[in-house]
Amino acid sequence: MPLLEIRNLKVEFETASGPFKALDGVDYTVDSGEVLAIVGESGSGKSVAMLALMGLLPDTATVTVDKMEFEGRDITKLSATDRRQVIGKDISMIFQEPIASLNPCFTVGFQIGEALKVHTDLSSSDRSRRVIELLEAVGIPEPKGRLSSFPHQMSGGQCQRVMIAMAIACQPKLLIADEPTTALDVTIQKQILDLLLKLQEESGMGLIMITHDMGVVAETADRVVVQYQGRQMEESDVLTLFESPKHPYTKALLSALPENATGDRLPTVSDFREFLESEAKKVSA
Amino acid sequence: MTNVSTTETRAKGAVAEKLASESRNATKAMLVEFWYYFKQNRGAVIGLAVFLILVVVALLAPYVAPHSPDMQYRENFLQPPAWEEGGSATFLLGTDAVGRDILSRLIYGSRYSLFIGVVVVTIALSGGIVLGVIAGYFRGSVDTFIMRVMDIILAFPSLLLALVLVAILGPGLTNAMIAIAIVLQPHFVRLTRAAVLSERNRDYVVAARVAGAGNLRLMFKTILPNCLSPLIVQATLSFSNAILDAAALGFLGMGAQPPTPEWGTMLAEAREFILRAWWVVTFPGLAILVTVLAINLVGDGLRDALDPKLKRS
Amino acid sequence: MSGDIILKVRDLKRDYVTKGGLFKKESTLSALKGVSFDVERGSTLAVVGESGCGKSTLARILTMIDPATAGTVEIDGTAIDISKGNISREMRQKVQIVFQNPYGSLNPRQKIGAVLEEPLLLNSDKPAAERRDLALSMLEKVGLKPEHYGRYPHMFSGGQRQRIAIARAIMLQPKLLVLDEPVSALDLSVQAQILNLLADLQDEFDLTYVFISHDLSVVRYIADKVMVMYFGEAVEYGTRDEVFSDPKHSYTKTLFAATPRADIESIRERLANKAA
Repeated sequence: MPLLEIRNLKVEFETASGPFKALDGVDYTVDSGEVLAIVGESGSGKSVAMLALMGLLPDTATVTVDKMEFEGRDITKLSATDRRQVIGKDISMIFQEPIASLNPCFTVGFQIGEALKVHTDLSSSDRSRRVIELLEAVGIPEPKGRLSSFPHQMSGGQCQRVMIAMAIACQPKLLIADEPTTALDVTIQKQILDLLLKLQEESGMGLIMITHDMGVVAETADRVVVQYQGRQMEESDVLTLFESPKHPYTKALLSALPENATGDRLPTVSDFREFLESEAKKVSA
Repeated sequence: MTNVSTTETRAKGAVAEKLASESRNATKAMLVEFWYYFKQNRGAVIGLAVFLILVVVALLAPYVAPHSPDMQYRENFLQPPAWEEGGSATFLLGTDAVGRDILSRLIYGSRYSLFIGVVVVTIALSGGIVLGVIAGYFRGSVDTFIMRVMDIILAFPSLLLALVLVAILGPGLTNAMIAIAIVLQPHFVRLTRAAVLSERNRDYVVAARVAGAGNLRLMFKTILPNCLSPLIVQATLSFSNAILDAAALGFLGMGAQPPTPEWGTMLAEAREFILRAWWVVTFPGLAILVTVLAINLVGDGLRDALDPKLKRS
Repeated sequence: MSGDIILKVRDLKRDYVTKGGLFKKESTLSALKGVSFDVERGSTLAVVGESGCGKSTLARILTMIDPATAGTVEIDGTAIDISKGNISREMRQKVQIVFQNPYGSLNPRQKIGAVLEEPLLLNSDKPAAERRDLALSMLEKVGLKPEHYGRYPHMFSGGQRQRIAIARAIMLQPKLLVLDEPVSALDLSVQAQILNLLADLQDEFDLTYVFISHDLSVVRYIADKVMVMYFGEAVEYGTRDEVFSDPKHSYTKTLFAATPRADIESIRERLANKAA
């Protein structure tokens, strides 16, 4: 039994110019101890899928799904309270903007403790010990002194570490990282990715990496889902994807990487886009 | 030769025409989107309808009103509305203490209310925009000076300040409007300044400066159009505030002077008949209430439609 | 080509002074601590560094947005110094800038035509019809269509907006174009198109680029010379091949090591490590 299984997920938004299909029948499967990368460009619906899973979409969105199971339990059938139990405790998420994701009014120690307070029944002294452990685990120097720091007193990389500490506070079985390093510098990105992988390996949780960066995919993923405009283009393990991509979109995406450039000009996805549009016409016709 | 050049100019004209129509389409698309978000708010649409009816009534007052607003019918003092005992269809909403038709006075009064709103908002808005843009754009001591003056104005209770100003300038509708505009101005200054502050360091402003735009152009052509949304909302809300304040000043005898059929003044005149003839106070009061409510609802709708933070992408 | 230096920067410094308050002393932050470099006409200098290294400060000084605290900048043989009064039209026309965020760099209330014509309106005496023709031909050059002329920025995608921003920057036919992370906010496929466009425009208009970026793979693709900055100092400066094949400074080495590798050998190696 996979950790998370989603079948035929569709999400539609209501907008000024009529309904907009953000996701059109995508499937995901994640096992424990596995790193799944969802890769796509803006508008591919890569974040929407996970927001739908977490129940974080706005009211204008309509979600339909054939199957959405976490550890064999149907998430769509859970009551709001049970769902909250699962989400936040067993599934947690970190976001792109670490500084904006932390509440600027409270100290770092308080915010991590808050997550523990809601989902565990540790005593307050146990909690503060656990918070220090967590900060140590995510590699923040002098964790004791950092407890009473506010988010604005820390750098972006450190804020992201705190976010990770919050996310793993309740030992989740699945961690979703939505572009966790996009706002960070390259050297910091490396550290954060290494940290995420280390934590994932140690705890054996499932990890979903949402990213647009092929480099990040290559450095982290076991399996990859490639998305384009709300549809799934390809799913394969990471080596196969880079060695012999099946779908023309993946091929185009890989050849657009500047490091793969041969000769004067970079190949672009535009030739392929025409192909896709003709595909879309076929579907609608 | 001439043939070639005429075809060329014709081709150019066609291009220009195509560009112009494309440009109109873009503007139209913006308006369509605006309307979509505006009509999501049902209250705002109702408010807009009421307000439009009010505008039509005010414009067509001489044709709509059954009587002249100043005509005194000696034999019909304090006649109740048509559906009450003793009322008649000639005076639908009854007559006041000197025998004038209340409905006609209300209809003519709407002209004053709208006039007051337009004039006050225009003065307050234009003054507020100029001061606010200057304060926000130049910062430093200019900013401090302007904002402290505005703080002083804001430190007075607004109606009290308006009263003092009217007392200095002398009672009358014009002076009342000036006083109200001065009282409302600081809100516009602060709002404009805040908007300018958040816009002035955006990349497009820097880009315009690199392209060689001077201070005046940056202030009013580049930055200001992007600050208008909150100002439009504030202007609608101030419109109703102005009507309310003018009515209050009228009620206190400092605004429009009798026999002007201004709603607040009508209320003041009817004060002593509250117990004997409810209709003389109720209808002007209702007119003020409905108008202010309608405009505030429109303001809410505008906020929904214009504030990009509330918009769902 | 060698010896034809268009941009000459010597010992450029920029300090930011934070005002002291009642209980706080005045403090100085050096964003640039003496940077020197030359750029040859028609070539591309890439400035690489992470946030806070002073690369954006450098861009703002080169484009005459902010003044330098010390040092000299010479563009095409003329020294620029904005601390003394206004900049002449000719100087304006020599340098233009393209920003990172295509969503913030276009005025949301200005139609594309007006965006492109604004530099001409402000810096030349060309009549309206001529300005429009120039704007239309520029639209075509950057790969957009004439019907885009009357539209608003929000009707375009990020890549199209960046094309518009580039078009605006070269409307005045500048000699030097400062590109401040022009592709880092764009999708991979769009990034490739914009990089191609920049290469085409460089050939057509004989442009010189100062290309500011944090992305080493893009830099490796586009640059002739590379300057690596770290906390306001240029720690490494040389031709692309020198810098990439034999980095001297330890920071440059760290930077290279941190860049994600998408080649098959490194993936294989990582998977092997993981299995072990």
